[in-house]
Amino acid sequence: MIKVLFFAQLRESLNCDELTINLSSDQAFQSVKTLEQLREQLAKTDENWQSSLANGKLLMAVNQTIVDGSQVLKDGDEVAFFPPVTGG
Amino acid sequence: MDEMISVQTQDFDMAAEYQALLTNSDGTSNSNDGAVVTFVGLVRDYNQGNYVEGLTLEHYPGMTEKALEGIVLQAKQRWPLGKVRVIHRIGKLALSDQIVFVGVTSKHREAAFEATQFIMDYLKNDAPFWKKEVTNIGERWVEAEDKDVKAQQRWDKL
Repeated sequence: MIKVLFFAQLRESLNCDELTINLSSDQAFQSVKTLEQLREQLAKTDENWQSSLANGKLLMAVNQTIVDGSQVLKDGDEVAFFPPVTGG
Repeated sequence: MDEMISVQTQDFDMAAEYQALLTNSDGTSNSNDGAVVTFVGLVRDYNQGNYVEGLTLEHYPGMTEKALEGIVLQAKQRWPLGKVRVIHRIGKLALSDQIVFVGVTSKHREAAFEATQFIMDYLKNDAPFWKKEVTNIGERWVEAEDKDVKAQQRWDKL
């Protein structure tokens, strides 16, 4: 199982803050190996997910560290998608 | 106030934080350091073309603290620092409310000034906080700005 989190305007546009995905048994996700592949698969959910996740500026983190799409996912990972940060 | 990093809804007391920076963990005075630099960021009334009435700060619990710890560690590797304190507030904030505190001590001022700016420049780009403003034209998420990216990149060249 992996946990997938969404934050800020992305969370609002998807109307979803958290998903749990089983990469080995959830049929749609069985071929997902990398973070970019996960993003592509999630984008297939519907048009809204497609356009929301297409934003090239979105940042991705695995286990609370920002990484790029080539990161290989493993069971137990915590994945997050979010827009550029605006704190401070 | 023993913790170096705090992410909290409650306000902070600048005077108490300043005193804590001058005090060692055993209660004695921190007389090694001759410089203290502090920065406080506040909610401003005008941003990105509109009047702001207040804002809400969202964050990524767990990653926020981890990112801030990483930034402070980088600063400590780069400059000879004494104590470092970072506080960032979350939740609903009103105009002129305090958002962020960075306090750095060092033997000399140059390191304390530079490290304080470095920590803020990295925080602006790498710490997972997001501001949603209430403005005169309604609610909106604040857009990340290129100037913040540039401010961080300047440290690569030094």
